[in-house]
Amino acid sequence: MSATSTLRRPTDATEPPPKRIGFGGRLSRWDLRLSPYLYISPFFILFFVTGLFPLVYTGWVALHDWDLIMGQGEFVGAKNFTDVLGGRDFWKALGNTFSIFLLSSVPQVICAITIAALLDANLRAKTFWRMGVLLPYVVAPVAVSLIFSNLFADKYGLINSMLGLVGIDPIGWHAQRLPSHIAIATMVNFRWTGYNALIFLAAMQAIPRDLYEQASIDGAGKVRQFLSVTIPMLRPTIIFIVITSTIGGLQIFDEARLYDQFGRGGADGQWQTLTILLYEQGWTRSNFGRASAIAVLLFLIIVVIGLINFLVTRLISSAEVKR
Amino acid sequence: MQPTRRTITAAVATTAMTLSLAACGGDGDDGDSNQDGSTEADGQITLSVATFNEFGYEELFTEYESLHDNITIEHVKADTADNARDALRNSLGADSGAADIEAIEIDWLVEFMQYPDKFEDLAHAEVEGRWQDWKVEAATTEDGKLIGYGTDNGPQAICYRADLFEEAGLPSDREKVAELLEGDWQHYFDVGKEFVAASDAAWFDSANATWQGMINQVEVAYQDPSGEIIATTNPEVKALYDAVLAAAVDDELSAGLGQWSADWNDGFQQSSFATMLCPGWMLGVVEGAAEGVDGWDVANVFPGGAGNWGGSYLTVPAQGEHLEEATALATWLTDPEQQIKAFEAKGTFPSQVEALESETLLGSTNAFFNEAPTGQIFVDRAKAITFQPYKGPDYFSINTALQDALTRVDVDGTDDAQTSWDKFVSDVEALG
Repeated sequence: MSATSTLRRPTDATEPPPKRIGFGGRLSRWDLRLSPYLYISPFFILFFVTGLFPLVYTGWVALHDWDLIMGQGEFVGAKNFTDVLGGRDFWKALGNTFSIFLLSSVPQVICAITIAALLDANLRAKTFWRMGVLLPYVVAPVAVSLIFSNLFADKYGLINSMLGLVGIDPIGWHAQRLPSHIAIATMVNFRWTGYNALIFLAAMQAIPRDLYEQASIDGAGKVRQFLSVTIPMLRPTIIFIVITSTIGGLQIFDEARLYDQFGRGGADGQWQTLTILLYEQGWTRSNFGRASAIAVLLFLIIVVIGLINFLVTRLISSAEVKR
Repeated sequence: MQPTRRTITAAVATTAMTLSLAACGGDGDDGDSNQDGSTEADGQITLSVATFNEFGYEELFTEYESLHDNITIEHVKADTADNARDALRNSLGADSGAADIEAIEIDWLVEFMQYPDKFEDLAHAEVEGRWQDWKVEAATTEDGKLIGYGTDNGPQAICYRADLFEEAGLPSDREKVAELLEGDWQHYFDVGKEFVAASDAAWFDSANATWQGMINQVEVAYQDPSGEIIATTNPEVKALYDAVLAAAVDDELSAGLGQWSADWNDGFQQSSFATMLCPGWMLGVVEGAAEGVDGWDVANVFPGGAGNWGGSYLTVPAQGEHLEEATALATWLTDPEQQIKAFEAKGTFPSQVEALESETLLGSTNAFFNEAPTGQIFVDRAKAITFQPYKGPDYFSINTALQDALTRVDVDGTDDAQTSWDKFVSDVEALG
């Protein structure tokens, strides 16, 4: 439609102004112009009610003393923000969030591509294997957390007992910061690797097979084919997976909250992520003002990372064009 | 000319979508209140009761349902009191989602007393004089509104492993153990040193649990009645903190198992510690976690005299749909007769005056704890309690921060006593 109207516009300019059109004609014009917007408006109305309004309202709450039960209190300006940024909890939680995010996203993408490549090979019982990798995704995250937090128990956990068998000292999976991040990242990876592998697999199967034929005629081995044909052809899919796992990674909550009995992210905040800190401030401590300030900061962080993602994506796609 | 069909369709579609979305919102609300309790066409009422740990109510619910044909009870059970508290805060804040009856622990009762309007006033002539005075006073607001009905109390005794005592050459008979441990906390720790020298097991489960026993003997611990927070400056708190960590870490008396953690539960099976503080309600917890382990017993003694740990109330949040029925159920559940049954099931020690005289209670023994006369023991421990500590509205938050400080040293080993205390001080400062 936009194509036709742009085509028509120059001729409109040269012609004398159109004759007066009846109401009906005008209506049908509006119809043509407005209907598409009306059709897509439910999404935006819904977005406004459930997305934009809470977003703005959170900013409003962040400027007040706000108790979970008693509601709005005094206007305090930026105090909630200075409290949050001035305390050690926020920075620690930020570090934890990024650490868990990197420990989960990077190995996840690499494993997912590898698994997808294996599934792409000529296997017997293809569907069985493909459904198999999706199985962990079906398990509820709560159940996953319960199982893993027992596996990773510091004193009597299965993993430490097994390490003991081969003579390695037990690791403080809950006590130490980095091991707790690895344990939580393991849960995340357990859940999402198979899912991402299937997306990669779908993209791999869309790669024209003659590319591989040509490559093998040129004498490229399987590994070379994978690196020089498969990976470059998967670029858009890799970008998609990286973006979705970034958003998910910055909002890690379930796995970390259920990692111990209290759900506060450890006695020393070893695995307290930003979302857990937000929850603790808002619900456990009843300080909604401060929780909202954290929410606003988290939003800004995600926006910044989104922008970085966007720039990197543009860089990659323009690099592709140049080739 | 008529508006074209497309305009109409579009407009209708938009309105319909918006309306149906609004309707969705409405449905959602209804769904929530259905959880709270619903009345179906045939007069059936579902009452939800939210508890934590072990209240011993499972059989009582069945009994109540058989007494009242029109009532179905739905039991929502949280694993820890902390989670129950968060859930209740959340539903009070949202004014929806609370159970018809919500159990509240004494440690966070004061905190919820700040919002009396959110709860039904339960002061009725029928229940007057049912509980010990201090139990009722603690749940009564200044203008005389009763927020909750007392369920159990937590008079504490010492649970111990007779077999491990014997192996370490200590007396294992429960009267002799009571004699052996009679004294203050330092004495309890000294006997512990003797024990660990002769045994592979630790003396107690965790500094966290031991702390609960110690802090509940301090009259004014974290916050004075004027509301001022004295937690970080109170010399009594600091002295106890140093004492418990010296015993737990320096003298290696603690098994270093964070209370309620997966390790803590496994610790019972691994026989990793020999004693623990046992409020009445803990008996059910021990029995569950130590299933299949022989040797547990209860001694009629408590370091530093006596003390109360925990104990709860049943409240009726005002947002519920069936306030009357819920109040009736709460009245019935906290009746001395029912509380005795709960005690028999899970060891939740009654706070009701009449129940303390009950023959069933005094005569009751616990098979798991080597047929210990638990009824008599806990009645004695309850009578030895001379005062109730004052717990301000911030008690729970401060105590949580202090428990974290203990965990850092005793369980995680990420800090020593001093650096962990410093973090506690900054945590308390950040509360305000």
